Amino acid sequence: MSRRVLVADDEPNIVTALEFVLRRAGYEVAVASTGEEALRQLEAQVPDLVLLDVMMPELSGYDVCRRIRERPEWRAIKVVMLSARGREPETRQGMEAGADLYVVKPFSNAELLCRIAALLR
Amino acid sequence: MLHGPFIVLSSFAYLGLLFAIAYYADQRADAGRPVIASPYVYSLSLAVYATAWTFYGSVGRAASDGVGFLPIYIGPTLMIALWWIVVRKMLRISKQNRITSLADFVASRYGKSALLGGLVTVIAVIGILPYISLQLKAISSSYSILVQYPEITMPSAQAAGLTIWSDTAFWVAMILAAFTIAFGTRHLDAAEHHQGMVAAIAFESLVKLLAFLAVGIFVTFGLYNGFGDLFGRAAADPKLAAMLTPFEGVAGSYATWVWLTILSMLAILFLPRQFQVAVIENLDEKHLNKAIWLFPLYMLAINIFVLPIAFGGLLRFPQGVDADTFVLTLPMAEKQELLALLVFIGGLSAATGMVIVETIALSTMVCNDLVMPVLLRMKRLRLNEQPDLTGLLLGIRRGAIVVILVLGYVYFKAAGEAYALVSIGLISFAAVAQFAPAVLGGIFWKGGTRLGALCGLSAGFLVWLYTLLLPALARSDWLPAGFLENGPFGIALLRPLALFGLSGLDQITHAMVWSMIANVGGYVGVSLVASPSADEHRQASLFVDVFRHTGESGGARFWRGTAAMPELYSLLARFTGVESADEAFRSYAAERGVTWPKQALLADAALVHFVEMQLAGAIGAASARVMVASVVKEEALTLEEVREILDEASQVVVYSHRLEQKSRELEAATAELRAANERLTELDRLKDDFVSTVTHELRTPLTSIRAFTQILYEDPDIEREQRMKFLGIITKETERLTRLINQVLDLAKIESGRAEWHESRVDMGEVIADTVTGMSQVFEERCIEVDLALPASMPPVRADVDRLIQVMLNLLSNAAKFCQPGTGRVRVSAADMDGYVRVDVRDNGPGIAPEEQALIFDKFRQGGDTLTAKPHGSGLGLHISKQIVEHFGGRMWVESTPGAGACFSFLLPIDRTAKGRGLVALPMAP
Repeated sequence: MSRRVLVADDEPNIVTALEFVLRRAGYEVAVASTGEEALRQLEAQVPDLVLLDVMMPELSGYDVCRRIRERPEWRAIKVVMLSARGREPETRQGMEAGADLYVVKPFSNAELLCRIAALLR
Repeated sequence: MLHGPFIVLSSFAYLGLLFAIAYYADQRADAGRPVIASPYVYSLSLAVYATAWTFYGSVGRAASDGVGFLPIYIGPTLMIALWWIVVRKMLRISKQNRITSLADFVASRYGKSALLGGLVTVIAVIGILPYISLQLKAISSSYSILVQYPEITMPSAQAAGLTIWSDTAFWVAMILAAFTIAFGTRHLDAAEHHQGMVAAIAFESLVKLLAFLAVGIFVTFGLYNGFGDLFGRAAADPKLAAMLTPFEGVAGSYATWVWLTILSMLAILFLPRQFQVAVIENLDEKHLNKAIWLFPLYMLAINIFVLPIAFGGLLRFPQGVDADTFVLTLPMAEKQELLALLVFIGGLSAATGMVIVETIALSTMVCNDLVMPVLLRMKRLRLNEQPDLTGLLLGIRRGAIVVILVLGYVYFKAAGEAYALVSIGLISFAAVAQFAPAVLGGIFWKGGTRLGALCGLSAGFLVWLYTLLLPALARSDWLPAGFLENGPFGIALLRPLALFGLSGLDQITHAMVWSMIANVGGYVGVSLVASPSADEHRQASLFVDVFRHTGESGGARFWRGTAAMPELYSLLARFTGVESADEAFRSYAAERGVTWPKQALLADAALVHFVEMQLAGAIGAASARVMVASVVKEEALTLEEVREILDEASQVVVYSHRLEQKSRELEAATAELRAANERLTELDRLKDDFVSTVTHELRTPLTSIRAFTQILYEDPDIEREQRMKFLGIITKETERLTRLINQVLDLAKIESGRAEWHESRVDMGEVIADTVTGMSQVFEERCIEVDLALPASMPPVRADVDRLIQVMLNLLSNAAKFCQPGTGRVRVSAADMDGYVRVDVRDNGPGIAPEEQALIFDKFRQGGDTLTAKPHGSGLGLHISKQIVEHFGGRMWVESTPGAGACFSFLLPIDRTAKGRGLVALPMAP
């Protein structure tokens, strides 16, 4: 059974790229362009992993991550934060919100896939 | 109802109530919760100024002179405006030096001179006697009238042939003496405040005001239909109408008004009872603030009905009734028994209030400044060896109270019948006015000397005796009448009422002119000639510079010598009692962190000064000085040494002022540095934010570009269609990156001032038309309608045409971006207004919230939370546009209602160097 990944980012081009890369690597992919939409997708079907952009309109990636960690049935989901801001305070904030991994944009597709595979092993 | 015993009973009941109030207030004071610690009680106690003279006499004066009664109340109202300067200073001086009376104040100022204190006491007692007799007259005659009810008979018609024992006035004097003794001599230390007395006086002020207002309202609204009716009827009577004009008829009226006003200005300061309530009994300097407007208000209230009652009386009683009695006789004539009784009680209030405070003040003066200095000098009495003198002091004060009231009675019998109430009172006013030069000079002029004060006071007092008191006695047949008519020994030049041929003035004005010339002349003249002693020099400095010397230690700097602790203690115990002395020493020791008497006190200058001040509170400054000198060995300071100490003090003041100045400057500098530091920190933070935001903005397109490039590179088998799509995205993102980098560089150039501006005359209409045409494809793609509204011709502006194109492109692309495809509408208009070209770009997009409108021109600010709101563009376009417009002297702003679109506008100044096309009229020189 293929693993399921949810991608949430408000930059449509980045979503397109991630969707393509993940599909080709054999993942089942759902997409969202806002934090709210990401939560709706989570309610509909629980993924194995979520790729969360930090800066999204309304609900930020941090907020979504915190919500995920609050729900017992979502505890097992792995969360990867994606952000163009890579300074120490921001990565720490992401980890504190409960992320498993903090990836700074731009990233290497191959490296990202390796990390995801490692998390889901 | 109004028969003798009932009236007497009512009076005693009233006095009993007063006593109960006083007793209660004293109890509260002992318990440390004073009732009189209120500015309202303080202000009411000042109203002891309004005596029987005001209560009965004002109406009498108004009935003969019309508004001529007013100066007596205008004076205090004017004076109170100066209180902040004068009384505040007297208060501070009195508290620091533990002054007990006006005589003490003057004696203390001029080197603690016993002679001067004695002279002030004598003047005050003799000067005030007529005033006290006035109160006795008022009480006894109001009683005599009231007891005849319902008949209205004037007392003068039936007073003849009375023995002293059946004379009401005598008994009034004796009862008041007993009452005053009970009120005023329970404690010894005059500086300890007579709180009970003050509370009773404040209550009396309320009673007399209420009684007077009651009569006034009864006459004005009960007997007549209000002020209009009453004054109308008075004006219809030619005799009464004349009274409404102040300066008519009497010769020298202007001078009279002026002098009466000045007299009463001085009286409110220097009447012993006013000094007592305003200065000695004051608990808190701040009470002055409220008194300054409350006291004039009281004066106004008690004077409102004077003229109505006077007119009412004159209309009601054509003749035969003394106008001084209208207040009482009007209610009687109308058979208002209760009101008549209230009036009597009100008059009693006014009179007793004055008598009690005045005699307490005078008895303190007599005891401390007249009797004690004499007794202490009589070595035969061996007073120095008595263990406790408090009983003696109280005895002297009680005796003085009785003597003063008896003397008042004697004056009443001797001269009281010949004058109206007001004239009697004015004689006293003129007497206390003699204190003005010595006191006012003393607190504002360091040059005033003891000899000057002695000469001025004596001369003024002698003139007063000669021009006011002797004529009063002569009128009552105690002196030959020829004395007034022809002068003493027939010398016309010395006639008391026209001294040195000065005639045409009324008696008071005449007396004031001559006595003030003598007084001020003597004081200033002699002071300038006679040089002051060391003592005087020191006291002058302590008084005049009172606000610079703080605390009681001010005086201690001037003492040098040796003293023994036990002697100082027994000295204080002798005059204030063991209990008070113990208390005083304990508190003195406690201030220095010493437990007395377990630990010894150092008998230094501070302790000697402290004991002297405590003694001064009991027996006055002059006597205290003598007594302290008897137990300590003082080395007299020379005048030079006193001057040195004073110079040192003023040097210290100068230094401390400089220090304060310096520390203020330092504080200001520190504040500036702190502000600069904050500005720098803020700039640093802004720079960091900028860098961080730019980095983020650069990384976002880079992320897409890198991701797609890798995809294409690693997977050559991607379908062609998809490959084209990805390549398209890469191209777009590259463009976005380029645009951002260009804008950041552009902004850096503009902000650092290194941008190149190619200025020329620009037709704004052309720029708009060109940019709209250039953008038309974008608008068409998004199905947005563009609407252009340009005038046929536009004045040129001076600017860089490429930059203006940049501005227009930015505004238009913003509008295109925010409009809904399909329904979007953008309207571009331009107009020539007031020397400027105005351009508006209006869209029908979502609009901008008001709080965001101010921020939207900031770098990277597009409104909303920066964490969650992803910018739609670089976030620099508007900022750069605004910078460009402002560079050319213009202005850019936005107006928007959320939901109803936004309108970006800018103004650019018209190019004034344009020739031939000048649409703006230029102010040219001819």
